[in-house]
Amino acid sequence: MTPTYYLLLSALLFTIGAVGVLVRRNAIVVFMCIELMLNAVNLTLVTFARINGSLSGQVMAFFVMVVAAAEVVVGLAIIMSIFRTRRSASVDDSNLLKY
Amino acid sequence: MHELLLAAGGPGPVSTGEAIAFWILGPVALAGGLGMIFSRNAVHSALWLVLTMLSLGVLYMVQQAPFLGFVQIIVYTGAVMMLFLFVLMLVGRDSSDSVVEVLRGQRLWAAILGVGMAGLVVGAVARALTDVQTANLNGPDANGGNGNVSNLGKLIFTDYLFPFELTSALLITAAVGAMILGYLDRHSKGTKRTQRELVEMRFRGEYARPGSLPGPGVFATANSVATPALLPDGSVSGESLSRLIDTTASEELSGDVTSVAGSGEAPDAHALVSGANRSDTEENR
Repeated sequence: MTPTYYLLLSALLFTIGAVGVLVRRNAIVVFMCIELMLNAVNLTLVTFARINGSLSGQVMAFFVMVVAAAEVVVGLAIIMSIFRTRRSASVDDSNLLKY
Repeated sequence: MHELLLAAGGPGPVSTGEAIAFWILGPVALAGGLGMIFSRNAVHSALWLVLTMLSLGVLYMVQQAPFLGFVQIIVYTGAVMMLFLFVLMLVGRDSSDSVVEVLRGQRLWAAILGVGMAGLVVGAVARALTDVQTANLNGPDANGGNGNVSNLGKLIFTDYLFPFELTSALLITAAVGAMILGYLDRHSKGTKRTQRELVEMRFRGEYARPGSLPGPGVFATANSVATPALLPDGSVSGESLSRLIDTTASEELSGDVTSVAGSGEAPDAHALVSGANRSDTEENR
């Protein structure tokens, strides 16, 4: 077994997240799929840090985690305010900008 | 702890222990991702994602990143996913997904594209990285010397100082943005009507009726919600019955109907007579 397997695992996880974004309707679940994609990228960064023997990849993954935390806070606040006005968390229902 | 975690290091092939950990945790992480996509209930999705994140955290630790592993478990599964669950509980009943496909064939095409993308990425990575020389993080600049945490700290506060400061700006922006988006102005005029304004609006006819709906009647013979209220002229008020009663099959309400009409079995007149006497009368029969 080589560290390549970690990269394959992370590619599969990223694909699962992307398919989830395409398929699911609930805005919160779509958001969770985005989190899964970010996690998959983090696994790639950690693996490459190990392959290259340098900690820079881990620092990068750390920054990704910080950005993801900030993104979750703002995104969930947006979802909450949409839910408050439209009484729905489905991405199909927020269609005011459609036409 | 992290000497134990870093013992997997050393240049060369991956140790057996790490391989075992990977072949257990990798499928668990994949199962968590698939479970997240396929479960209808959003809370179940969140719990599946927690499973994936926990196994990824352990994989980080196995891969000589103990600090990131713990941050993953504490920040992601501990804080971020709990935030998700909080919002799911606030949003409430609506959290289950609709099954209706708005775009025709969207799921099918998403599945095809997903399989294609997985095939492309996995194929590309597997072909490009056939013989990887793993350097491993054992040098004094990496996990050797002072270890993972202090070397990461050194890097963050020297080489990556400017991005780190930018991070603080980002976090402040996120906090202010969340406060603005989540703020509900309850006290200013116009958002919440007073009781007097509501009454005036009712009598101006902006609501369907000025008062509340009459409640179901409660008679001496029945305490069923299926009993309608009587208006002052003795007629039956249809508004006092719940809409649910109209939609209930009449057989289910027949017991209530007979008891209200008094046509059913009357209550047992000898119910309060002591048990011994009753058994006597039954034998006499």
